[in-house]
Amino acid sequence: MNGGQDLGGQMGFGPVQPEPNEPIFHAEWEKRVLAINVAAGAMGAWTIDGMRAARESLPPAEYLSSSYYEIWLAGLHRMLVEKGFVTPEELTQGQPLSPAKTPKRVLKGEEVASVLRRGFPYEREAAAPARFAVGDAVRTIVMHPQHHTRLPRYARGKTGVIERVTGCHVFPDTGAQGLPETAQWLYTVVFTGPELWGRNADATSSVSIEAWESYLEPA
Amino acid sequence: MSGHHHDHDHDNHFTPIEARVKALESLMVAKGYVDPAALDAIIDTYETKIGPRNGARVVARAWVDADFAARLKADGTAAVAELGFGGRGGEHTVACFNTPEEHNLIVCTLCSCYPWPLLGLPPVWYKSPPYRSKAVIDPRGTLADFGITLPDGQRIRVWDSTAETRFLVIPMRPAGTEGWSEDKLATIVNRDAMIGTGLPCVEDAETGTAS
Repeated sequence: MNGGQDLGGQMGFGPVQPEPNEPIFHAEWEKRVLAINVAAGAMGAWTIDGMRAARESLPPAEYLSSSYYEIWLAGLHRMLVEKGFVTPEELTQGQPLSPAKTPKRVLKGEEVASVLRRGFPYEREAAAPARFAVGDAVRTIVMHPQHHTRLPRYARGKTGVIERVTGCHVFPDTGAQGLPETAQWLYTVVFTGPELWGRNADATSSVSIEAWESYLEPA
Repeated sequence: MSGHHHDHDHDNHFTPIEARVKALESLMVAKGYVDPAALDAIIDTYETKIGPRNGARVVARAWVDADFAARLKADGTAAVAELGFGGRGGEHTVACFNTPEEHNLIVCTLCSCYPWPLLGLPPVWYKSPPYRSKAVIDPRGTLADFGITLPDGQRIRVWDSTAETRFLVIPMRPAGTEGWSEDKLATIVNRDAMIGTGLPCVEDAETGTAS
């Protein structure tokens, strides 16, 4: 969706402001939000893209004025309610008012190290050969879906070159909607600066995106 | 970590966000959805076990071992696993080698994708609108915000992390580091150099045993 998260090329935010000797967390609550997000994700009730979609569905003004962990908290609230794990009243009161749902799994303390180390690989067996090869010229499709997508607006309808065939990866756009998992070939596609930003753009710059096959057409 | 759970009193002292997070955590634990020990283990992992020193070890190895560098270029995921790194937020790793002809810069315009197992959690600026908006349309201006100016003639390549592929910039080994040990080399590889918003700094060198 064309939400507050799709930031590439927007203007007016001012310079990047790195914080010298930045701490890993700026408040104790940030640690808890990170940990609850990771642990709740391990319940297996939503995908990484489902959670991204929940965060992105914040109204843009709220998204842009929230810190990143505030966005995570809001996304988690929304997802937990949507999936029926908690009610808004319970979130307000901080205690159960209804029976718990049984999650697929609960991440135990002693499992954390091995689960984080193993991760959640996104590559899948391919059902068909890749449509594009390294060096092919491709054009990204133009679309403005209401749902989650990983094709940013600045890179829609643009011509680029396939630089790398990454593999067959889980397709975000459908998984984020709670549909059964599907996978598509994933490519690194490189665009010149002027192709993306116009003739006055820096011709010595280029930008790549990772694009799933259905985002691409032969150029 | 559990010393911060003051369940019994002074709720009024919490800020609104602290109160909301505390309510969520209490609820999740009470409903049996999360194990408090898991929360503490997750925080401990990202606070103390995983950080940019992991990525620095990868870079230093690539600088001293041409065979490793070649494997890293061919299959980043497998190569960093040789050093024991990988997992959540870094399941598919690609190494982006800087050259005199081209400098690499990593961003995630859509959220905050970042190679957690190699660099730890991303800094606030990496996740914030100024960087996410500007890196793709004005990469040299973005580098200027970090005080970095590339040499004339060096192209700049921006990688937008739109999938689960994670990118690690392999900076060029600075002059004046000839004969240095791998451990010493790792001490000059700062986090920003592996994002592309910085460069290794020879003055940072620590001669002692590096972590």
